[in-house]
Amino acid sequence: MAARFVRRWDAVRAAARSGLLVSCRRWSGASTDTVYDVVVSGGGLVGAAMACALGYDIHFHDKKILLLEAGPKKVLEKLSETYSNRVSSISPGSATLLSSFGAWDHICNMRYRAFRRMQVWDACSEALIMFDKDNLDDMGYIVENDVIMHALTKQLEAVSDRVTVLYRSKAIRYTWPCPFPMADCSPWVHITLGDGSTFQTKLLIGADGHNSGVRQAAGIQNVSWNYDQSAVVATLHLSEATENNVAWQRFLPSGPIALLPLSDTLSSLVWSTSHEHAAELVSMDEEQFVDAVNSAFWSDADHTDFIDTAGAMLQYAVGLLKPTKVSARQLPPSVARVDAKSRVLFPLGLGHAAEYVRPRVALIGDAAHRVHPLAGQGVNMGFGDISSLAHHLSTAAFNGKDLGSMSHLTGYETDRQRHNTALLAATDLLKRLYSTSAAPLVLLRTWGLQATNAASPLKEQIMAFASK
Amino acid sequence: MWFKSYRMTFSYLNRIKNFRYPWVKLYSTSQTTVDSAEVKTFVALAHKWWDEQGVYGPLHSMNDLRVPFIRDHLLKTIPNHQPGKPLSGMKILDVGCGGGLLTEPLGRLGASVIGIDPVDENIKTAQCHKSFDPVLDKRIEYRVCSLEEIVEETAETFDAVVASEVVEHVIDIETFLQCCCQVLKPGGSLFITTINKTQLSYALGIVFSEQIAGIVPKGTHTWEKFVSPETLESILESNGLSVQTVVGMLYNPFSGYWHWSENTSLNYVAHAVKSRVQEHPMSAEFVLKRETEELQATACTNPAVHEELKK
Repeated sequence: MAARFVRRWDAVRAAARSGLLVSCRRWSGASTDTVYDVVVSGGGLVGAAMACALGYDIHFHDKKILLLEAGPKKVLEKLSETYSNRVSSISPGSATLLSSFGAWDHICNMRYRAFRRMQVWDACSEALIMFDKDNLDDMGYIVENDVIMHALTKQLEAVSDRVTVLYRSKAIRYTWPCPFPMADCSPWVHITLGDGSTFQTKLLIGADGHNSGVRQAAGIQNVSWNYDQSAVVATLHLSEATENNVAWQRFLPSGPIALLPLSDTLSSLVWSTSHEHAAELVSMDEEQFVDAVNSAFWSDADHTDFIDTAGAMLQYAVGLLKPTKVSARQLPPSVARVDAKSRVLFPLGLGHAAEYVRPRVALIGDAAHRVHPLAGQGVNMGFGDISSLAHHLSTAAFNGKDLGSMSHLTGYETDRQRHNTALLAATDLLKRLYSTSAAPLVLLRTWGLQATNAASPLKEQIMAFASK
Repeated sequence: MWFKSYRMTFSYLNRIKNFRYPWVKLYSTSQTTVDSAEVKTFVALAHKWWDEQGVYGPLHSMNDLRVPFIRDHLLKTIPNHQPGKPLSGMKILDVGCGGGLLTEPLGRLGASVIGIDPVDENIKTAQCHKSFDPVLDKRIEYRVCSLEEIVEETAETFDAVVASEVVEHVIDIETFLQCCCQVLKPGGSLFITTINKTQLSYALGIVFSEQIAGIVPKGTHTWEKFVSPETLESILESNGLSVQTVVGMLYNPFSGYWHWSENTSLNYVAHAVKSRVQEHPMSAEFVLKRETEELQATACTNPAVHEELKK
């Protein structure tokens, strides 16, 4: 009885998830389309890395993988002198994933910057938090997105017998298999491209960004809202060469501003602020822009006496309890110039798919979750998704399982939803907490930050969670 | 006392059931091991094989245990296996394959599999399901027949024979296992999963699973036909198969997953190997000689061991 109930509940859930309402066209009759084992839709950082991870997996040597990318192939003949303005902070966990299929070696041969410390502080008070590893190991790496993409492309070319990459190919229609096994109905997912060619696949992985076509076609609900902020990115020249292995982030009431090291004399800027201010920053002349950046990091205009006194009180108490650990606030290096034409802005938002998987469909990367850049976790969450999904698929392949079977796909979903939901909620909470200069909230966050800075075990937990 | 009384009731009930088909001799002396009463039960459910949430759900999730078990034991016999197709080069016979639930994973691992089942509808379902996958279509072959019918033509051709959830449905288990042995190559493996004949298996396997919880359709199993590991082992040994492993399996009806268990009083899996020395006593000596030579070769780096061997 209990089992019958359980089975019927599972069947109901399975039927609901199978998207009965969304384009359930029966693809009957024999088809001469190629049947791929896995098709990854979207060839960005996360999609290409997923195709690499599967292509280099030992249990996938017999399988056929297809990567569909709507844009043209980006060939990097020679690394340009100027740094790109789109960079990502790669956590040690992501670096491990990239080295598992040999992409990290290419990145090391091109360029990247390791950072060993991170200082995060408030504009409205003296509170700060300093993250570093005990033995001053690398906390993370700042790598240009173009460099990562080039490394992934090179690795994909090396396994071209298993992974086929189609550029300038955008899927325009997905046809799902029948929810219940039927005699004349193909059990695979059918994909139609813009040029009319069709493929069948046993598993479709959606890695096509926060406006995911796969997610929409599958009818998966997406919880999303736009932030009232846009991010401005730029490449900055420092006034003088420094060791530059510290990542700086200051929470202004209008939004966080971050300086990420690229080289001894260059840093990358990510400034999240209101739409109007962002537009101003991008259009103002270079000198004004440099002044705005410097004053954002250095000015104490938002300090109030009340908060300063309250902060000092807690700091004194912490000093009594832990006399050894005293972190004085350091100032980031000053900026002298900005690279011409490197100032760009893009809007920010939050998104989370209600389900990451359906029968024969899985979502990874921004298709499943979209986050504010304040924690530097966006692409790392995507790489974490890849680690988990590749692990589950590898075990399934070694057990001879049907790759699109929900039994292991739900394992991936549970794994990642637990991690991602927590991170998304924390990031959103931080964003809201630091978007105000109202005294009670400033007091709360000042004391909170100071207390967290003093509690080393807590800091280590946070670093461990973020480096996965 | 109580055990005896319900056992008598049970066989009385069994006789009533079989009385409805007086033309079917339950304990026949004919060559077939197929029980036509069982066939009728399976015909009704032939189209439900591939619904993972349906009546065959527990068999689908049993794959998580039985496929790695078969794979790992077979890999021990292959010196260098190809990544991606670990079982490639192996010929496997899946007896009582049903809808191909176990046949397909074995095919995906690279083996050439022949699946046989006496129920025509089952083979039709299996055939249809594998036809959509071009790789499996080439590796798997299905036939509607019983094991006895192909013993002659396939003698000593299979590296492995799998009889999963089958021996509790056949009429004459001795003949069945004898045929399994005949189609195996010397040194080949036989994998059997079945249900133990205990009080617990009656209570949970028949009363709870079939009549109360409906995990298994009513009438699927007959307690009289369950086989204990000891009985199985004795029949296998008498046919020249040596039992290597017997492990218990437990099904959790709430989670829908199977787990390995020390306890074999419900479901269990047995792995037996056909001895290499059958009709060729000469070859036994040859094998022994070769093995000694190999031992000497590997041990010659250690002078102490070498000394021992010389003695």
